[in-house]
Amino acid sequence: MKPIEIVTQALELIAALAAAPLFLGWVNRCRAWLQNRRAPSLWLPYRGIRKLFHKDAVIAENASAVFRAAPYIVFGAMVVAAGIIPSMGTRLPFTAAADAIALVGLLAVARVFLSLAAMDIGTAFGTLGARREMMVGFLAEPALLMVIFVASLISATTALPAITENLATQALGLYPSLAFTAVAFTLVMLAENARIPIDNPATHLELTMIHEALVLEYSARHLALMEWAAALKLFNYACIGFALFLPWGVSTGSGGPLALAASIPVLAVKLTVAGAALALIETLSAKLRVFRAPEFLATAFLFAVLGLLVHLLLGG
Amino acid sequence: MLQFESSLSVCLALMALWGLIGLAGLLRPASLRLVGKTLFPLGALCGVALAVVAAVTLSTAPEEAVLPVGLPDLPMHVRRDALSSLFLLILGTASAGISVFAAGYFRRGHGTSAGLMCLQYHLFLASMGLVLLANDAYTFMVAWETMALSSYFLVTTEHGIAEIRRAGFLYLLIAHVGAIGILLSFGVLQGGSWQFTFEAMRHAHLAPPWAAAAFFLALFGFGAKAGLVPLHVWLPEAHPAAPSPVSALMSGVMLKTAIYGVLRVGFDLLGTPQWWWGLVPLAVGLFSALYGVVFAAVQTDMKRLLAWSSIENIGIIFAGIGLAIVFNGVGMRSLGALALIAALYHSLNHALMKSLLFLGTGAVLHSTGERNLGRLGGLIHRMPWVAWLTLVGALAMSGLPPLNGFVSEWLLLQSFLFAQDVPRTFVSMMLPLGAALVALAAALAAYVMVKFFGVIFLGQPREPGLARARDAGVLERLGLLWLAAGCVALGLLPTQVVASLRIVVQQLNGAVLPNAAAPWWLLVPLAPGRASYSAPVFLVALAAIVALSVFAVRLVYHRRARRAPAWDCGFGALSARMQDTAEGFGQPIRHIFGGLLVVKRELPSPFDQAPSYRVVVGDRLWQSLYLPMGTLVQRIAEAFAWLQQGRIATYLLYSFITLVVLLALML
Repeated sequence: MKPIEIVTQALELIAALAAAPLFLGWVNRCRAWLQNRRAPSLWLPYRGIRKLFHKDAVIAENASAVFRAAPYIVFGAMVVAAGIIPSMGTRLPFTAAADAIALVGLLAVARVFLSLAAMDIGTAFGTLGARREMMVGFLAEPALLMVIFVASLISATTALPAITENLATQALGLYPSLAFTAVAFTLVMLAENARIPIDNPATHLELTMIHEALVLEYSARHLALMEWAAALKLFNYACIGFALFLPWGVSTGSGGPLALAASIPVLAVKLTVAGAALALIETLSAKLRVFRAPEFLATAFLFAVLGLLVHLLLGG
Repeated sequence: MLQFESSLSVCLALMALWGLIGLAGLLRPASLRLVGKTLFPLGALCGVALAVVAAVTLSTAPEEAVLPVGLPDLPMHVRRDALSSLFLLILGTASAGISVFAAGYFRRGHGTSAGLMCLQYHLFLASMGLVLLANDAYTFMVAWETMALSSYFLVTTEHGIAEIRRAGFLYLLIAHVGAIGILLSFGVLQGGSWQFTFEAMRHAHLAPPWAAAAFFLALFGFGAKAGLVPLHVWLPEAHPAAPSPVSALMSGVMLKTAIYGVLRVGFDLLGTPQWWWGLVPLAVGLFSALYGVVFAAVQTDMKRLLAWSSIENIGIIFAGIGLAIVFNGVGMRSLGALALIAALYHSLNHALMKSLLFLGTGAVLHSTGERNLGRLGGLIHRMPWVAWLTLVGALAMSGLPPLNGFVSEWLLLQSFLFAQDVPRTFVSMMLPLGAALVALAAALAAYVMVKFFGVIFLGQPREPGLARARDAGVLERLGLLWLAAGCVALGLLPTQVVASLRIVVQQLNGAVLPNAAAPWWLLVPLAPGRASYSAPVFLVALAAIVALSVFAVRLVYHRRARRAPAWDCGFGALSARMQDTAEGFGQPIRHIFGGLLVVKRELPSPFDQAPSYRVVVGDRLWQSLYLPMGTLVQRIAEAFAWLQQGRIATYLLYSFITLVVLLALML
């Protein structure tokens, strides 16, 4: 392991942990602007997390250890996922141990524990949320896997950094298959991160919520970790999107510390644009009824499969 | 390293010992002490010994022998090679855990007396072992039928219940329809030599159409035993009907003997299968996987849910086998080896995790007397041992890293990704789409497992009686612990497992995976740049970050926490009836996959004094395939009913006419 590899790995983890709430704040700010509201501070998510950490935790009487362990496991899974995704550099030593399929598995670990924790108290909302979360998940997960598979078929590898490196260093070619999968990925990202049109992050209207229903019984430090994990998840998804569809600007191959340093502003620009785009999509679309969510996700899955077919048909 | 003079005789001795243990149960059939505290643990020790022998001999040369028993001129041939060893390992490991659990499980009398049950159980084990060792069609079929019959009697242990008798009948019926397929396959395989030893079949060079006939007959026969759709109808009836240790044995081990049979016929006896044969197990396997998991998601009985999930897993294994045949047929043997390793790995995994889950349901059933998911809940507080060990199985079954279910699915997805290199345009285009179905089935499996674990163990108890539930006894815990440890070990040491499977695959397939130079902790199936996975590093990273965040939160902030009633958005007056039920959890699946299911719903009207809600989910294939077939048979039988006069004289006349016709034909 070379020093630069360790530095890249550490930098990515720290950047994800530090910037994830900021990215969420940025998306919220853009949403507010687009909706003609006065925007909250960019630092609001940080303040929220800090406030929650200072509070005393209140735990339901019949909560088991699953409930108390889940925030740490969900948070840990999201941090490990951040270590797999090449957001700045492609020389990540950890990715030899976990490829893109393991990344999808890691997101599934988080989802399963989140759902189990929501079922643990035995409230109507918790179990309802768990059911909805798993429903969204079982359609979104294979769609995400198919998106990744198209990229791995193009690059003949399932290691995410190698995919990014391959896509970034090729002459600017247009892959029709990637166009289909980009649509699929956008849909998956919206659904998985509890955004409109599947879920509304701002809602506490009981009958429509998914993510909020899952964390309803959490308080204080546990809630802080859950919120932070949710922010990390959004950040991770954005970075997966960059790694597959906008791979330019990351430090690849033999790039030294300078290239790595140069990748930081590139990532910042990408996140800024992506956050604004996400806010725009959310503002322009209306929330679907929960019954319609499967159709939305089936569309995503079919788009991804279509991308796979297009790749196999055109052979490139 | 331990070496045996003749591992084959040790294996046979262990089978005989199982038989003797079974017979010993008849000495005092009513004595639970003798059967439970002595014989079942002894049987478990035999299982451990068998697993050790099988593991040690995995890489040794094949051994064969002719036993001086059997019919005149039909001695029994036995043989142990790497493939047998692998499945003996599955049998030994899984049965060791199940027998220990069973020792604690059969503490009260069921329908059948304990001693008789002990005989049936150990005969079942011994016959499965003999199936794996048989080296001629005669021995194989005798062992196969003994296996079917002994398990039939085990399924109908509680024969007082009509539903269970019906399940047993359905099982017996389809087992025999399948056995006919296997018998016919052997008939084709001997290729006119009339030698029914496997050795002769290996050397009989069949013309391609005959070879295909033999393969598809075997696929039909073994598919019926494995529960491939559409031959699956018995499985969700019979597996839940049996006592839980027997369900575990049937789902965990017996289904694997069918996998063994397909591999033995397809890869060993037939030599090299044609590439297009593989498309059938592949397509049927993928369909079974999806069909099984969709039905698992809508079940409300915990054991039926697991039985349907077995159909899913068997489907995934068959998909791997089909893919291996396609790869081999087009000459890509190292990829064939990869797909085969994925299938074998999944067989190993499924044997352990499904046994674990079935035993978990057994412990719950024992302690609560309830198998309906709608009347369970909150058992993690009452039965922590069972709950946490079952959680390991449920997570493994969901295919989550770093447990074992993930590894085999990872390997299978990897082999699907290589399928675009198959030099058949249409096939190479369709094959990677199989990965989409595998991914969908795996994601649905996680849904099923969250439902299974969440509804049984989490939340509030749905019935007041659950407050009296007790945790499992020591022996039962030991059995669960053994299987859970197996799941963890298979998950954390994939490199070592794959290295062992490589030997089996080399013998079956001729070629092996290129031996990539990788450290012990890194699993590299083909080339290092292409794909790699390391479960230990993955686990360490996840555990380290989780531990770090726990300590960081506690150091920087505080660890104050207090208990209060659940908040529930402040609605208050929370009752256990407000939780989502198993039906509710199945609702999105019923909605999305409505086409596969036959749903009968009874909704209450607003004016009902005692409103009731009922959903019955039926199998569409049962209605559109089996019932018409039954009607057809009935019609044909009715058409010939006039032959049946019920008078002796008439039947003697029929015999006379038959004899005259035969004589005329012969002369």
